[in-house]
Amino acid sequence: MQEFAVILISAIFVNNFVLVQFLGLCPFMGVSSKLETAIGMAGATTFVLTIAAMSSYMVNNWILVPLNIEYLKTISFILVIAVVVQFTKMFIEKSSPLLYRVLGVFLPLITTNCAVLGVALQNTTKAHTLSESTLYGFGAAIGFSLVLILFSAMRERLTVADVPEPFKGAAIAMITAGLMSLAFMGFGGLA
Amino acid sequence: MALLKLTSPHAHSAQNTARVMQLVILATIPGLFALTLFFGWGSLINVTLSCMVAVGSEALVIRLRKRPIMFYLKDYSAILTAVLLGISLPPLAPWWIAVVGTSFAIIIAKNLYGGLGYNPFNPAMIGYVVLLISFPVQMTAWPAPAELYPSDMQVPGLWHSIQIVLPLLNPDTLSGVSETASGTIDAYTAATPLDTFKQNTGLLVDQFYKKELFFSQGTWAGLGWEWVNIGFLLGGLFLLYRKIFTWHAPLGMLLSLALCSVIFYDSGSSSSLGSPLFHLLSGATMFGAFFIITDPVTSATSNKGRLIYGALIGVLIFIIRSWGSYPDAIAFAVLLMNFAAPLIDNYTMPRTYGYSKSGVKSNKKRKEDQSDAR
Repeated sequence: MQEFAVILISAIFVNNFVLVQFLGLCPFMGVSSKLETAIGMAGATTFVLTIAAMSSYMVNNWILVPLNIEYLKTISFILVIAVVVQFTKMFIEKSSPLLYRVLGVFLPLITTNCAVLGVALQNTTKAHTLSESTLYGFGAAIGFSLVLILFSAMRERLTVADVPEPFKGAAIAMITAGLMSLAFMGFGGLA
Repeated sequence: MALLKLTSPHAHSAQNTARVMQLVILATIPGLFALTLFFGWGSLINVTLSCMVAVGSEALVIRLRKRPIMFYLKDYSAILTAVLLGISLPPLAPWWIAVVGTSFAIIIAKNLYGGLGYNPFNPAMIGYVVLLISFPVQMTAWPAPAELYPSDMQVPGLWHSIQIVLPLLNPDTLSGVSETASGTIDAYTAATPLDTFKQNTGLLVDQFYKKELFFSQGTWAGLGWEWVNIGFLLGGLFLLYRKIFTWHAPLGMLLSLALCSVIFYDSGSSSSLGSPLFHLLSGATMFGAFFIITDPVTSATSNKGRLIYGALIGVLIFIIRSWGSYPDAIAFAVLLMNFAAPLIDNYTMPRTYGYSKSGVKSNKKRKEDQSDAR
């Protein structure tokens, strides 16, 4: 039980995928300008990340390792992630057309979220078991969602700030992300 | 001004920005006095140095932006940031610590966002965290309180302290004699009570308090530090009395910190994480509670929001102090909650007068509107 808590805290705070490992920065910058879309994106990414972490573990340990073709790891993980994203997209499209319209183009874009591939690859290097892999994926997703939602609320406030001309837009957002990453260093040593 | 997401009625106060800033600076005096009394002149030198750098860098940025310099300097906000940062720096730190920290705080954390009222993070705490991460050795070397100095040693006086901070003023440095060669020791450093307490392995809290000089010579929570905290508490209560800020954020923070430490106090066993009194009166607790988290720009806006904001800071402080790798946690906890403040605001927006929570007009208001229309 203890090690599960450690994995969760480590993935959410101490080794936060966005602010400490700098993975998944593209959706973090791209989808954070409005709070509503950020929340939708966070939900979709959480689902995809958890499922992708689990299924890439299965592909790696039940197919690639027995056949001794682990060098195909990266490409098969990308395939797995694309399939999971496509499945999620079809599922949401049929079950909740409203949410599908809100998420729009961001849903297929999860495929290119490097945090998803990062989780799958880290699970193999850290030699996690099936349940640990799933939990690590879930924790990474919660950490991603947390900072994405907080950041989008902050960016809504930044749009009215009197930022000097050269720093407007993406520049000040990057500086803010950097300062946030500084704050997240405070979690160092927790797990 | 920060973008207020609060709705009417807005109450206006007669205080202007400069007056508020001056009062806050004034209120740091008891704490600063205690710091000087126990740790020598270092803190005052830090504050002076920071103020000069702050005014200089603020003027530079405003000049670059082609705005009226005196108009912005006169609001005292840069000086307040410098005073707060100067207080949090270790006394007798080398001069470039104050210079690097203050210029980072003023230029990047404050003015890149457009200056006073727009900065999402507390500039003083950004400066502190940048320094702590970049120069951990200098930033964790606190001088020992005067009472703990060896009997044959003197606490450095004012001129000697200035020479330690600015080695160029020291004739020895100028003539090329290195410090080790001249064989003099400038000052003693010691672990802070928070550091000392973390080193406790296997002793009951009572035994540990008897063994460590810090606690056996102190009254409640460690020699020197308890009085520094009481000083800042007094200053904070003065500001509260002058209605500079509301009681919500400080109370939330102190209560949640006390509550966490009550839960993990473990009745003073060897694995205890410290008593509530110890946590409330050591490190920068009171300074943080009354001078840092009450910053109106970077904290949550509504009263309910401030209560939540303060309480979460208290919890984070306890977590990082007890299980993290940094000695004190005020700066990190404040920055993390600065980051969360806009979201807290978003979910604690007060109800508009005459409207229900979901924004639908109440029946009473509708009738009033109709009668107005007629």
